[in-house]
Amino acid sequence: MKKQLIAVLLAIAPVCVFAAGGHGVHLDKANIDPENTQSLQRGASLFVNYCLSCHSASLMRFQHMGDDLGIEETLVSENLIFTGGKIGDLMTVASSPADSKVWFGTVPPDLTVIARARGVDWLYTYLRSFYQDDSRSIGTNNLVFPDVGMPNVLWELQGVQEPVITTIKGHDGKEVKEVSLELVEPGLLTPTEFDRSVRDLVNYLDYMGEPAKHERRELGTKVILFLLMFLVLAYLLKREFWKDIH
Amino acid sequence: MGEKWNKGLLGWIDARFPLSKMWYEHLAEYYAPKNFNFWYYFGSLALMVLVLQIVTGIWLTMNYKPDAGMAFNSVEYIMRDVNWGWLIRYMHSTGASMFFVVVYLHMFRGLIYGSFKKPRELIWIFGMIIYVCLMAEAFMGYLLPWGQMSYWGAQVIISLFGAIPGIGDALALWIRGDFVIADATLNRFFAFHVIAVPIVLLALVVLHILALHEVGSNNPDGVDIKKYKDENGIPLDGIPFHPYYTVKDIVGVAVFLIIFSIIVFFMPEMGGWFLEKDNFIPADPLKTPEHIVPLWYFTPFYAILRAVPDKFLGVVAMGGAIFVMFLPPWLDRSPVKSIRYRGGIYKIAIGVFVVSFIALGYLGTQPATPLFTNFARFFSVLYFGFFASLLIIPRFEKTKPVPDRVT
Repeated sequence: MKKQLIAVLLAIAPVCVFAAGGHGVHLDKANIDPENTQSLQRGASLFVNYCLSCHSASLMRFQHMGDDLGIEETLVSENLIFTGGKIGDLMTVASSPADSKVWFGTVPPDLTVIARARGVDWLYTYLRSFYQDDSRSIGTNNLVFPDVGMPNVLWELQGVQEPVITTIKGHDGKEVKEVSLELVEPGLLTPTEFDRSVRDLVNYLDYMGEPAKHERRELGTKVILFLLMFLVLAYLLKREFWKDIH
Repeated sequence: MGEKWNKGLLGWIDARFPLSKMWYEHLAEYYAPKNFNFWYYFGSLALMVLVLQIVTGIWLTMNYKPDAGMAFNSVEYIMRDVNWGWLIRYMHSTGASMFFVVVYLHMFRGLIYGSFKKPRELIWIFGMIIYVCLMAEAFMGYLLPWGQMSYWGAQVIISLFGAIPGIGDALALWIRGDFVIADATLNRFFAFHVIAVPIVLLALVVLHILALHEVGSNNPDGVDIKKYKDENGIPLDGIPFHPYYTVKDIVGVAVFLIIFSIIVFFMPEMGGWFLEKDNFIPADPLKTPEHIVPLWYFTPFYAILRAVPDKFLGVVAMGGAIFVMFLPPWLDRSPVKSIRYRGGIYKIAIGVFVVSFIALGYLGTQPATPLFTNFARFFSVLYFGFFASLLIIPRFEKTKPVPDRVT
């Protein structure tokens, strides 16, 4: 037992030595709730209204989304598909990549699996971190993604933010500049409502990144319960056979 | 054994094919030492994971498209539009990493109990070739999802061949089939990943097991069970592999599958260690990711590569780190096999080796800062130092008396 303990400690030691700190900007926790269907439905609506005109989600089908989020086919066709496409279509985008390149300097990335690439906390913070920046042609900039080509498409809901630079004393006594954002012009939503809407949108993006997630977890519980029962039987069988080995 | 031969269908087959003979030779009358412990589960588990990878792999190829324009999308198509596609894909991606977990533990067992020593040198060599093939298999398989990390990981590893003086650039070009990683590379890696390497792997596994069954299994005491036999010529400390170890290994399989399922169903990305975040971004030859990191099972060697300032010498060091693992049968000449009866100095050497390997593995995942590079150099020296110490330790090591029979 003691030997095993030492072995484990030895194995962990190098990891502890190098356990270095993080990097980059501070990210707010998205705290999404994938089981909240209403949040996902609101997120889907925000997604098709505000994102899908420039960004595609070309590996996701409208029908798949409707089925998973409990939205009826007619509702999807009438309210969520703006291109006149069919329910079984993929969420492609009408604008051509070449045009987008001219308009934004880069082709807006496909968003199907963006939540898996960026992480939900990053998306949640990014979408709330746009601020007024007159030095840029699109008029806005972003704290999380400096000089991003995307304008603040949610400005109508959020309002306009401006950066505030404060100097604070860090732990080691050195002065650190901290940039925070201040709402200078209110939008249609209060800050709390806006945060909730972004959370809904991120929740939807997370769902779209892996539509099978819910099914996966449900099946997983059953599989593991079965395997636990199988383990008990396998162990009893082994004990029975090994009784006569000394 | 004559009376054992069956009549009927089995008798008919046995007259034409050694079915019963093989059954007895390799299972029902293969006598394995009765004192196998925890470490002895990983051989059969490795075999099971191999089968799992082949079966899930076959089903993946039914929908995967080895085409630079379609590969990434076809994987996502499998993940959402193919029935149970997500399960098959996660089993395959988790299986790849778990294969290395199991194989590393299996190799460690061989190391601590001296299973590579005479007369099992060839088993070790076959095993090492399996390990090298497995690395090639995993490396080429990782290109197939055609994500950013697939692309740039392959770019970095293949460019290593370019460091060979004289023929380097031509060799790298020949491997890629293009000036950068491109459709040609993807297509040939697919061919190697699904046909060429698996065939070699299967053949090597057969050789590995045949060589093992020729000389018999080692055990945690490192004693030869064939020294003491009963009147029928059966080792006193041996028990038939079937049913004793088949039922025991089933318990191991159940425990393994529970761990495997927890990963597949609840954490398939394993915090970015089994499926990397950047690999959810399609390959883009014009955008280099911030950190290019190979998958965790290659990182110890990647750390050694980066620890050497000169690129070519780094490649040599990395190749050497793998090559040196072939050598223990000829480095370690101590007559005592098992760590149980070896001296304290040997146990310390094993401990240092384990710590170095894990530390290098961690460092290989981190950006090469000056501090980390120095750490990587330090642990690289310890890594190679361990193999050198195998040569020296037996000369002054105080070993304990080895028992005659298993304990």
